[in-house]
Amino acid sequence: MGQLTTREQELAAGMLVALAVIGIAMAAAGRSDPLGIHGAIVFLYSAALLIFIISRSFGPEPDPSRISRYYDDPIKVGVAFTLFWAIFGMFFGVWAAAQLAWPSLNFDTAWASFGRIRPAHTTGVIFGFGGNALISTSFHVVQRTSRARLADQISPWFVLFGYNLFCILAVTGYFIGVTQSKEYAEAEWYADIWLVVVWVTYFLLYIRTLARRREPHIYVANWYYMAFIVVVAILHIINNLTIPVSLGHAKSYTIWAGVQDSMVQWWYGHNAVAFFLTAGFLAMLYYYLPKRAERPIFSYRLSILSFWGITFFYMWAGSHHLHYTALPHWVQNLGMTFSVMLLVPSWASAGNALLTLNGAWHKVRDDATLRFIMMAAFFYGLSTFEGSFLAVRPVNSLSHYTDWTVGHVHAGALGWVAFITYGSLYTLVPAIWKRERMYSAALVEVHFWLAFAGTLIYVFAMWNSGIIQGLMWRTYTDDGTLAYSFVDSLLAMYPYYIARAFGGLLFLIGAVVATYNIWMTVREVPVTSGERKDDLPLAGPFPEGAATGPAE
Amino acid sequence: MDVEEVDPVSGRRTTGHEWNGIKELDTPVPRGVLLFLIATHLFALLWWVLLPTWPLGATYTKGLLGIDERSVVEEKLAAAAAARAVWEKKIDTLSYDQIRADERLMATVRSTGHQLFGDNCAVCHGVDGKGGSNYPDLTDDDWLWGGGPENIAQTLKVGINTRHPQTRVAQMPSFGRDEMLDRNQVRDVAGYVYSLTNPAYSTPDNIGRIEAGREIFLTTCAACHGEDAKGKLDVGAPNLTDAYWVYGGTLQSIIESVHGGRQGHMPTWDERLSPAEIKILALYVNSLGVEKP
Repeated sequence: MGQLTTREQELAAGMLVALAVIGIAMAAAGRSDPLGIHGAIVFLYSAALLIFIISRSFGPEPDPSRISRYYDDPIKVGVAFTLFWAIFGMFFGVWAAAQLAWPSLNFDTAWASFGRIRPAHTTGVIFGFGGNALISTSFHVVQRTSRARLADQISPWFVLFGYNLFCILAVTGYFIGVTQSKEYAEAEWYADIWLVVVWVTYFLLYIRTLARRREPHIYVANWYYMAFIVVVAILHIINNLTIPVSLGHAKSYTIWAGVQDSMVQWWYGHNAVAFFLTAGFLAMLYYYLPKRAERPIFSYRLSILSFWGITFFYMWAGSHHLHYTALPHWVQNLGMTFSVMLLVPSWASAGNALLTLNGAWHKVRDDATLRFIMMAAFFYGLSTFEGSFLAVRPVNSLSHYTDWTVGHVHAGALGWVAFITYGSLYTLVPAIWKRERMYSAALVEVHFWLAFAGTLIYVFAMWNSGIIQGLMWRTYTDDGTLAYSFVDSLLAMYPYYIARAFGGLLFLIGAVVATYNIWMTVREVPVTSGERKDDLPLAGPFPEGAATGPAE
Repeated sequence: MDVEEVDPVSGRRTTGHEWNGIKELDTPVPRGVLLFLIATHLFALLWWVLLPTWPLGATYTKGLLGIDERSVVEEKLAAAAAARAVWEKKIDTLSYDQIRADERLMATVRSTGHQLFGDNCAVCHGVDGKGGSNYPDLTDDDWLWGGGPENIAQTLKVGINTRHPQTRVAQMPSFGRDEMLDRNQVRDVAGYVYSLTNPAYSTPDNIGRIEAGREIFLTTCAACHGEDAKGKLDVGAPNLTDAYWVYGGTLQSIIESVHGGRQGHMPTWDERLSPAEIKILALYVNSLGVEKP
């Protein structure tokens, strides 16, 4: 935050004082409720940031020339948040996996019971790790591909710290028993409202930066980041329409009832996968892949086909999460057919990425960072095929409620989301810290193989256990009764649950290696000599019409 | 900035745009992609024509096949119920001995019983019926309330220490805590009980305590466990002379049982399971263990 002027610091301090007052009000109103604990957390969080700003306010005014450079400081803090949440979320993932194999690992405590650490894992990795990676890389990509500095000085910080406050409220809430009981939307009403404020700021910052662009066209990556920001806002607001018990209670009740609630939840859940875990990360792919491979995108036309295919078809497919339930048959069929039509647009993205590597495959062999990105595109293709396949009703009748779903999600979450994130981070970190290279190429290589082995072990274990489970649950004897009890299927899962926890552990170790490597890069690797001319925003007044011209 | 050029690797032209060094080729969408795209759309179209898919105000398109999820499930359930009815009727009407004489029927009892046991009983008694700490082993020849199928069925129906009007009731009083016996007496009687299954414990050092314990046993414990300590099935008092222990057979666990008492709980199953299912489970559990009258 060293680039803020005195006036900007005053503004930021004013906002933090307001937030601290909100925290105190929450603590007072909710003093007999978990809401009070969250009020205290909000107060401490804003007070800590306030002290930091005040301690910096005695320094000299920032260099006026900073405005003619990219604004990378928030990205650096975002990378730190990303790495922290990766280890936090993956640690809880390994713990939750271990509890499935050895249930006593909850140590008979409430806060560490499976039902609480599991959302801590999912929120930690999806929103903490994934969300911070998306925000950080979007700040990087939008500036570079627009050749323009971020549109504002304070709002990037507001987005970053505001978003992480949401993550902290969500995760701490689970440990003390606060949840909406909506998967991937567990955080309660006050955290949800806060996220809306943060997200609208993010949207305005992003679109204002795009409006300042010095390039005539908007690059594909920005289409995807915009889709991510806009649709996540819609999903989040509609799925979290709830009525709190009172302003002094954390608990709220959803306005949706019965099967409509299920449909809204899975419309949200499925499109969170689509627009949070797919669109945003495709944006990363579209920037860091051609950058790292130094190859042009294989086909602009394929980019258009997959972008509009993905944004249109995904919206309809959520009901495939509710096959063979109380949801009407026709809604299930509709979701299923749109899931099938979604396959080709999804594969077009994966194919476009892999074909972009033509002419650069020797780099994939030698450069573990590019291999991360390549493998991400491969796993993206794999899991989108699997997704459409599992959405077909007869297939789903075998796979639903089994570990196959868990395996599918992790092929996407580990193989696609985490691989593309680390591939992007290894490209981003030397670029924004202006370092010549990563601290250790060998450690990137080690991370790649740990992550790859971990993902394969995890996914194969879950495929096996899921199919075995599904078959055991549906096997009938000649007498017309079930052949296996549920406990029989649990016993059959035991070796796979151990394998899954081990695969996850390898992945977690890889994340620790990555964090160490990035830390040492910032500390030890010498700064590149001389500022690169092409890593600056274009100077001069903005060209007339660029801001209002047709977006392509 | 809009300068088209030719990519030397692919021979394709670029679109002429460039962002921070990134360019795009103007490659047409490959024909295979388009064909595949059309194929998936045709599949969807076919599905829409054949099956219920699109909303029409208050109703929806029914599809040419006329398939409805709910009626499909109902038909399948009816067919499965019909398949089961053949042997369920036999189980309901035949006596335990008649069922046990019918090898074909017993095969059904074993396969169905395994699944019923897994879903209802295994949480406490284990998938294999071997029990665990505080839960009786059902595979041995030692029964608290009798091991014949009739006895087991009765235990299943009314439970042990439940609110059922005919519940089986069994309580081991807490002799130590309720001060019916003092510390030394608890130790002595526990030592006697322990010596019954551990002859090596009867050393000259311990023999005095064991004798004293035997006296206490005969006046205090024998009413339920019998003078020979072999237990009584009608009050659910366990045999103390065999190798099977519900609450552990070490000297320390016996002291704990005498001091604090024991009161096990077995739920009633007559509301959750049908009479035929209870009969199947009784036969299944009986087949797990060794019957002793």
